[in-house]
Amino acid sequence: MRSRRILVTGLSTYWGGRLAQELEADPEVEAIVGVDTKEPTRALERTEFVRVGAQHALLRRIVQAAEIETVVDTRLAVDSGFGSSRQIHENNVLGTMNILAACSGSAREPSPVRKVIFKSSAHYYGAERDDPAFFTERMQRPHAPRTRIEADVVEAERAVAAFAERQPDLTVSVLRFVNGLGPGLATSHSALFDLPFVPAILGFDPRYQFIYADDIVGTLMHAVRVDLDGIFNVAGDGVLALSEVAGGLGKPFAPLLPPVGTGIAIQALRRIGLNVPDEMRQQLRFGRAVDNRKLKGSGYALRYTSREAVARYAEHLRVKQITRGDEEPYRYEREVEDFLRYSPSVRNRPSAPPERRRARR
Amino acid sequence: MRELPPASPTGAARDLLPAIEPERRVTDWGRSERVEGAFDKTLVSFLYHYWFRCEVEGIEHVPATGGALLVSNHAGALPPDGSMIGKAINEEHPRPRPLHLTVEHFFKGYPGFSMFVSKIGGVPAHPDNVQRLLHDEQQLVLVFPEGRKGSSKLYKDRYRLRRFGRGGFVEAAMRAQVPIVPVAVLGAEEAAPIFAHVNLLKRLTGLLYFPITPTFPHLGLPGMLGFLPAKFRIRFLEPIPTDEWGDEPAADKGLVQTVAEEVRARIQSELLEMVAERESVWF
Repeated sequence: MRSRRILVTGLSTYWGGRLAQELEADPEVEAIVGVDTKEPTRALERTEFVRVGAQHALLRRIVQAAEIETVVDTRLAVDSGFGSSRQIHENNVLGTMNILAACSGSAREPSPVRKVIFKSSAHYYGAERDDPAFFTERMQRPHAPRTRIEADVVEAERAVAAFAERQPDLTVSVLRFVNGLGPGLATSHSALFDLPFVPAILGFDPRYQFIYADDIVGTLMHAVRVDLDGIFNVAGDGVLALSEVAGGLGKPFAPLLPPVGTGIAIQALRRIGLNVPDEMRQQLRFGRAVDNRKLKGSGYALRYTSREAVARYAEHLRVKQITRGDEEPYRYEREVEDFLRYSPSVRNRPSAPPERRRARR
Repeated sequence: MRELPPASPTGAARDLLPAIEPERRVTDWGRSERVEGAFDKTLVSFLYHYWFRCEVEGIEHVPATGGALLVSNHAGALPPDGSMIGKAINEEHPRPRPLHLTVEHFFKGYPGFSMFVSKIGGVPAHPDNVQRLLHDEQQLVLVFPEGRKGSSKLYKDRYRLRRFGRGGFVEAAMRAQVPIVPVAVLGAEEAAPIFAHVNLLKRLTGLLYFPITPTFPHLGLPGMLGFLPAKFRIRFLEPIPTDEWGDEPAADKGLVQTVAEEVRARIQSELLEMVAERESVWF
């Protein structure tokens, strides 16, 4: 069934913002509501933004009032380099719980929600010595989570799985994304790749997979358009060694971190402003790859392989060197947005997607 | 964990594998054409042709297409048998194919080894890895069911096969529906004999074991490569098909054990025969 009324959580994250832009371009989507704790970071034409508290406690009222059919939850934080661990934990665990609660109805008040799309992360699998070379959706991590983020992701997914079991007539998609790359997508890994060299741990050349930003949005849109029931790994084809990534970026591969006492070296790096979070340290040591065949089998054609994602990102970095991020950053101003959407004086209301955007697709 | 996929519709599983990107020189498993090539052209080639003077029999038992599980005996402080079997297939087989060596997970966690072992074609011995290689990618995989018990055994126990684990390799072959090719290797025991183990140093270095060999540890780390020039004889035995026992033979533990024992017995008797035939360890 096609969804016409969609709620996007995490609207001010890169993921939520890009997804909302893409949804706006789809004329069949009637209503897009975006919620987040912070203001949007991308220009949106007809998405309605509602600011909510970190725990998303009142979401149910929005869902009921707007008769939301599909909830796309892009809010999960999967990089402990951004935000304090308490904030992240609250967002990931309590936030997930409340969003799921908002999607489930009661006997007196059935929920309009038919589909929940949950953005998760390949951190679910962790990165360990005893891992299989390719995780499929059915596999579980060999050891209990070692880092906070991984524990959060596992806990959030457990809540989603329980929710899916309680609501068998709902479509619940869990998308486990590998490391994303793209202009504007700031992660701890992109900070690493922006350096003049690619640091690594001496004696290790971990395996990495990437998903390019367009495919991130593409997969989320795919999940909105068709019903993907269950868990799906989302990764570009191909697995690169970190040295290959360095080659693709045109930067030297620099195994500077010592294999013993890596933690101490990372502490020192933090002093000079380079943050290597725990989950990234595990990846730098052992690497990780997932099997994306289930997603491909569902009919989504990935646009970029891991290698092409790195190549595209390298192109972006070369341009960025020259422009030095001079583009005007977007600033959200509630009054302007409200004027554009609701004032009777506005003649060209961007409520229907303009031709320009439709043509681009 | 360790739950393997049910026999998926074969076509789908294979069709959806990532396409090969000709720009890349590293496989998705981390195997590097460049490093492997350099290693192969120098050390492996030298050992194969001049040092061990490998003699290969029964190469026709290695299938030219499709997956197959090669099962071999294992010996030596830093065992050269895996690379020699791989080289034998490259040199003697009418249609050379890459061989994937299963290695202990330990190597993935040890600096240096972690890079090198996967670059020359080592794959951690995880049942899911073996399944993907054999069934989905149709590759050749070599396993040493004796594992560490084989490579750490002392010189006095040479050519006496250790226990073959719990028959996991048979299950893997059955599930992937590929034949098992037993391989008997003569010479590795004499090439890198182990006289004793030092447990204290093993613990201090974090290695799998710390052996005393003719050249290690008194010649330092390169001493690990100090192989004696024993004559190698590699014999590929007749393949054992695994697709004639019904639909789910892997579920039958009794059958798995029987087949594992059968493979072990074949290699053991072949080895004893080869020992009887050879007149000198060195020539």
